Amino acid sequence: MTHLVFIDDVDMRYGGADGTLAVSGLTMRVEKGDFAAVVGPSGCGKSTLMKLVTGLHIPQAGTVIVAGQHVTKPVSIVGMAFQNPTMLPWRTTLENILLPLEIVEKHRHRLRAHRKDYVAQAENLLELVGLKGFGAKYPWQLSGGMQQRANLCRALIHQPDLLMLDEPFGALDAFTREELWCVIRDLHAAQGVTIILVTHDLREASFLADKIFVMSARPGRIVREHRVPFARPRDLDLMYEKEFNDLVHQLHGEIATARMAA
Amino acid sequence: MTIVTERPGTPAVSKPRALRISWVRAAPWLYTIGLFLIWELLVIALQMPQTILPAPSRIFQAIVQYWSPIWKNSLQTLFTTTLGFGLAVVGGLAIGLFIGWSKTIYAGLYPLMIGFNAIPKVAVVPILVIWFGIGTIPAVITAFLISFFPIVVNVATGLATIEPETEDVLRALGARKIDIMLKVGVPRSMPYFFGSLKIAITLAFVGSVLSETVAANYGLGNMMSSAQSQFNVPLVFAGLLMLAVEGIAMYALMAWIERRMTGWAHRSTMAH
Repeated sequence: MTHLVFIDDVDMRYGGADGTLAVSGLTMRVEKGDFAAVVGPSGCGKSTLMKLVTGLHIPQAGTVIVAGQHVTKPVSIVGMAFQNPTMLPWRTTLENILLPLEIVEKHRHRLRAHRKDYVAQAENLLELVGLKGFGAKYPWQLSGGMQQRANLCRALIHQPDLLMLDEPFGALDAFTREELWCVIRDLHAAQGVTIILVTHDLREASFLADKIFVMSARPGRIVREHRVPFARPRDLDLMYEKEFNDLVHQLHGEIATARMAA
Repeated sequence: MTIVTERPGTPAVSKPRALRISWVRAAPWLYTIGLFLIWELLVIALQMPQTILPAPSRIFQAIVQYWSPIWKNSLQTLFTTTLGFGLAVVGGLAIGLFIGWSKTIYAGLYPLMIGFNAIPKVAVVPILVIWFGIGTIPAVITAFLISFFPIVVNVATGLATIEPETEDVLRALGARKIDIMLKVGVPRSMPYFFGSLKIAITLAFVGSVLSETVAANYGLGNMMSSAQSQFNVPLVFAGLLMLAVEGIAMYALMAWIERRMTGWAHRSTMAH
């Protein structure tokens, strides 16, 4: 199977038998190396999707397969980044980035002996996201955009096969956001990691992704799948071209319809 | 167009740094002296008999006059207080971590703790006297009982308020409960813990003096109650003053420890 993420007809309900149905009949596939984006009206179960793929929630019905394994417990091949960077304030940025290595089974026993290699790897990532030399600073000494860059490093340090991003740029100003789009674009190109980006920002989705999934209002399912035709590497100027705006416009219309249907 | 910024000229006459008075640093001392001055003047102006309100000068005189018993009893009170407080720190930290560990334990123990905390400690002292006799032990235990609660509550709160995102990130990596507790929960609750020490040490004095007043042969509480029965009001006030001094000293020590241990939580002061 070439699908890294395989979700088939999944139902997820919170809070017992008569709780809210967050997603229903959810089916999606993401291939290895793909950059997928998930857009939809608010409250459509995008965060539930994140938790299903990472194994934080186990669905009541349907199948979730990640990297050929049925997901029945948290899968440690995933890196996660949220809108809130959640850096631990008592650790330096570098120590924050190394945190996943203290957790993941594969690395935690090697960390002490191979610390130098891991630190070098972290420094490498920091340089890649444009934070070279900031490792010794505490997170609260960094700006919001810089914290989010460090957050990406933390999500990538254990070399995950899959990177799940939940609106990571939601709280940033427009220019910082565009800068970080380029950072993510370059990371995807350089590391060959599969990325699923959950976002409200249609331009963000269209600029970054190869595939865009449009979700319906709650209970969420995929109503439409777009292949993004633009060639890589993409430049920020792409966003001023007609085809790009047409795609954004079309997505906008679909989400508006999905909202109306609710 | 060019913008010319002029550097403001340094004032020609500026006092050397050492001679300038830092009013903020001097304020606590000045205000304290001010309080004693007003007090002294009021006593003189109203011609207060010293059996009702002795003037500060009379209180200081009493401190000198009775220095030996005051010193001994102060040390005794400091000893019982810090011992009870120390036990409360150890016990409070342990139980706080235990309670914060799981929602069920939290739900089960919380009402019990509130109940214990609501009991007036003065009502517990007679029971302690039955069990342990009068003296040091009831004082230590009362100090412990009264200062233990804020520590438990603060540690448990620190653990219970871990950001769900942080927990998700770590759980998705396969973190066990103990990992999350050790890596996030415990360091995170430390500012709460050290913050609670300042409250707890003050309460510990309340507990030990209370017990000494009711059931002891030593300690400032006992000294003050026997001075009161002899109408030696200046000595009662001398005891109060010593308690205030000990309380401030211990509070300052706790505040200093707090800053040393959890500097990261006072980020605004460190960033600049």
